[in-house]
Amino acid sequence: MLQTISILLENKPGALLRVTGVLSARGYNIETLTVAKTLDPELSRMTITVDVEDRLRTQVVKQMNKLVNVLQASDLTDSPAVIREMVLVRVRCPQDSRTSVLKEAEIFHSRIVDSSVEGFAIEATGDPEKLDEFIEVMRTYGEIEVSRSGSVGMSLETRKLRLQPPVQAAVPSGPGAVSSSTIPSGAAPSGSAPVPVI
Amino acid sequence: MQATDHHPHIRRAETGKLMTGAEMLLECLAREGVECFFGYPGGVTIPFYDALYSHHIRHVLVRHEENAVFAAEGWARATGKVGVCCATSGPGATNLLTGLVDALMDSIPLVAITGQVHSKLIGSDAFQEADTFGITRPATKHNFMVKSIAELPQIVHEAFFLAASGRPGPVLVDIPKDVFQARGHYTPVDTIHLPGYKLFTEGHAGQIRRAAQLVLEAERPMVYAGGGIILGNASAELTEFCELADSPAVCTLMALGALSVNHPSYISMPGMHGSYAANMAMSECDLLIALGTRFDDRVTGSLPTFARHARVIHVDIDPAEVGKNRNPDIPIVGDVKRVLSKMMKVMHELKAEIAPEAAAKKTEVRQKWWKQVRSWKEERPYDRARSATEIRPQHLMDTIDKLSGGQAIVCSDVGQHQMWAAQLIGFNEPRLWINSGGLGAMGFGVPSAMGAQMARPDKLVFAIAGDGGFQMSIPELATIVSQSLPIKIIVMNNGYLGMVRQWQTLFYNNRLSSVVLEGFPDAEKLASAYGFAGRTVEKPEELEDALRTAINYPGPYLLNVKVTPDENVYPMVPAGGAIFDMVFAPETPAVVSA
Ligand SMILES: Cc1ncc(C[n+]2csc(CCOP(=O)(O)OP(=O)(O)O)c2C)c(N)n1
Ligand SMILES: [Mg+2]
Repeated sequence: MLQTISILLENKPGALLRVTGVLSARGYNIETLTVAKTLDPELSRMTITVDVEDRLRTQVVKQMNKLVNVLQASDLTDSPAVIREMVLVRVRCPQDSRTSVLKEAEIFHSRIVDSSVEGFAIEATGDPEKLDEFIEVMRTYGEIEVSRSGSVGMSLETRKLRLQPPVQAAVPSGPGAVSSSTIPSGAAPSGSAPVPVI
Repeated sequence: MQATDHHPHIRRAETGKLMTGAEMLLECLAREGVECFFGYPGGVTIPFYDALYSHHIRHVLVRHEENAVFAAEGWARATGKVGVCCATSGPGATNLLTGLVDALMDSIPLVAITGQVHSKLIGSDAFQEADTFGITRPATKHNFMVKSIAELPQIVHEAFFLAASGRPGPVLVDIPKDVFQARGHYTPVDTIHLPGYKLFTEGHAGQIRRAAQLVLEAERPMVYAGGGIILGNASAELTEFCELADSPAVCTLMALGALSVNHPSYISMPGMHGSYAANMAMSECDLLIALGTRFDDRVTGSLPTFARHARVIHVDIDPAEVGKNRNPDIPIVGDVKRVLSKMMKVMHELKAEIAPEAAAKKTEVRQKWWKQVRSWKEERPYDRARSATEIRPQHLMDTIDKLSGGQAIVCSDVGQHQMWAAQLIGFNEPRLWINSGGLGAMGFGVPSAMGAQMARPDKLVFAIAGDGGFQMSIPELATIVSQSLPIKIIVMNNGYLGMVRQWQTLFYNNRLSSVVLEGFPDAEKLASAYGFAGRTVEKPEELEDALRTAINYPGPYLLNVKVTPDENVYPMVPAGGAIFDMVFAPETPAVVSA
């Protein structure tokens, strides 16, 4: 079954590859992927749909959450979320079917973005499955060309973002001084208030 | 730099000082407490090595970059500190790859510095350019490419922090030549902020309480301790826990020494070549307490049959390991040292509430379990038998065990010798047994011993290798000599790529395809060509004296021990089988029922 994962990540070199690497290292094929900046230009929001065995779904999300550049990865598959996609369709249709095409376009709440003697370019957004239908319908009118954006998702739940607070860097090593390399792994200063992950 | 050799730590560069990127890198390494690192120079790192020339940090010139990582790992595994290595761009960087993955698999804290071509040339297929950042991404916990001198100190300290904290691992920093050469004002870094780097340390209090309850209630508890105990310096807590829980324990290949071999709770190593008692006890327990371990296939065998009667408590610092291979009844994500301390506190509280009759009954039930575990131990101990005519591999490891007394550092290569060493050599403490567990990289033994010996000059260090793996490491004999490292190299020479030969014998009709190692050099001549002592021993009655001579020799020693060529490592759980279905040596056929 397709899994939809939403990822908030730092806009850093290689960050995208690290996320997709989690999937490619396990041999998964990415079905769709969208990514763009958020309100904070240093962060990006990414939506991935991928076909993952049920048993391994949490594992994939956990591995993504482990990435240093990922602030949060969450599985939207079984939780309240909106998932939308956009498609551009160019349909070549004979003169006598132009009106029907326009009608269909209207039924799907799509917009004509270009019109010529040869046919139309139409922009439609919606549920990915709805778009499948839309494409099927348009095919009946003639030759079409399709460009899909891939899913863009957003959770409808407020998810607590658990961020790591700053820690002290290596202190100048005098006798008996500690460096960050010897900070016990539990030395995250107060305020980190670990949220149970169970 | 103002630091002197005698007090390298006293004075550090002051804020705003103008220095080159190379000097800045050294300043950061010094601040991280780096005393020594391993590397190999090249075109783009010459500016760095130039700054190093007059710096107090010790650099060890290895003879191949792969061995720089292995040596840094040896250092890290022996001390718990971050190991550091360095290579030039292109071929230097690609030569690091095996070692990086090795450190990743075994969660070893490591920082690798690589040179990169001049920023202006990146992407132009310049001489000795490789996409190090891309190539090493899946081989590291995290990696960085430094774009300018301004971000250099921050990145270096972040690299050390990432390497050492949480679940440790290798971090690579790729630095273009012009960044080494650039000049900038140095500002010490005071904070590290990695908002997406989630550290889980404390463990969930409710789950810890439930776990404590289960431990007290269990009739047949079993502690399954992994490398996380050693990485998390939780050996003392583990020992106390086993006593408080009144539970037997196994230590995985990565955890040998986490619980002393002499501790009454200690059974042995479990898994593919684990002992009969360890595997039976894992299979029959009713509560499996997995601590800092990842249910590796070499331990569990077929998962559905693994610890099939048991409820499972799984403590690990990495949330992705919990529930990965086995769904635990009680998952606890946290630092095993802290979690164990908390769990023991709760256990004390709960114990105080137990009525005396109930406690007495529990003791009775537990005694039955202990009796069972002990009888498994006695029924089929590891084979240590000797032959009058040949040196059996088991004889060799047994003698090393005797002479080491659980105190020596043993760095092993990969193969049959590794399994016999793990079975038969005991360790009183953590950080004495050093081996490539997860990756199983041949060529690890000798260079990791160099790192361990550099870090622990006070210790007797053995490098145990097969005749195959040793030949991957011969170039480092020069490093050993030039650094005057008194490592005792013991080659268990069976004339074969023994572990592969064993599989061919058992599962491929003994068709020995490409496993015969002809042409092994004369050990004495080889050692003397490098300027130290060595010999070959083949008579069983000479073995112990030969080992004693090696140990007492004031310097490195190469002992080539010719052993029975066709011994197989037993017990053995065939790949994918259940761990209670062990195969034993043919001379002692046994029916194993579970
Ligand atoms: C780099 C590398 N290549 C190949 C292997 C596969 N392998 C595992 S054990 C082994 C045989 C090792 O032979 P030797 O070093 O003589 O040790 P022995 O098993 O005989 O003790 C081989 C080839 C490996 N683990 N690592
Ligand atoms: Mg061999």
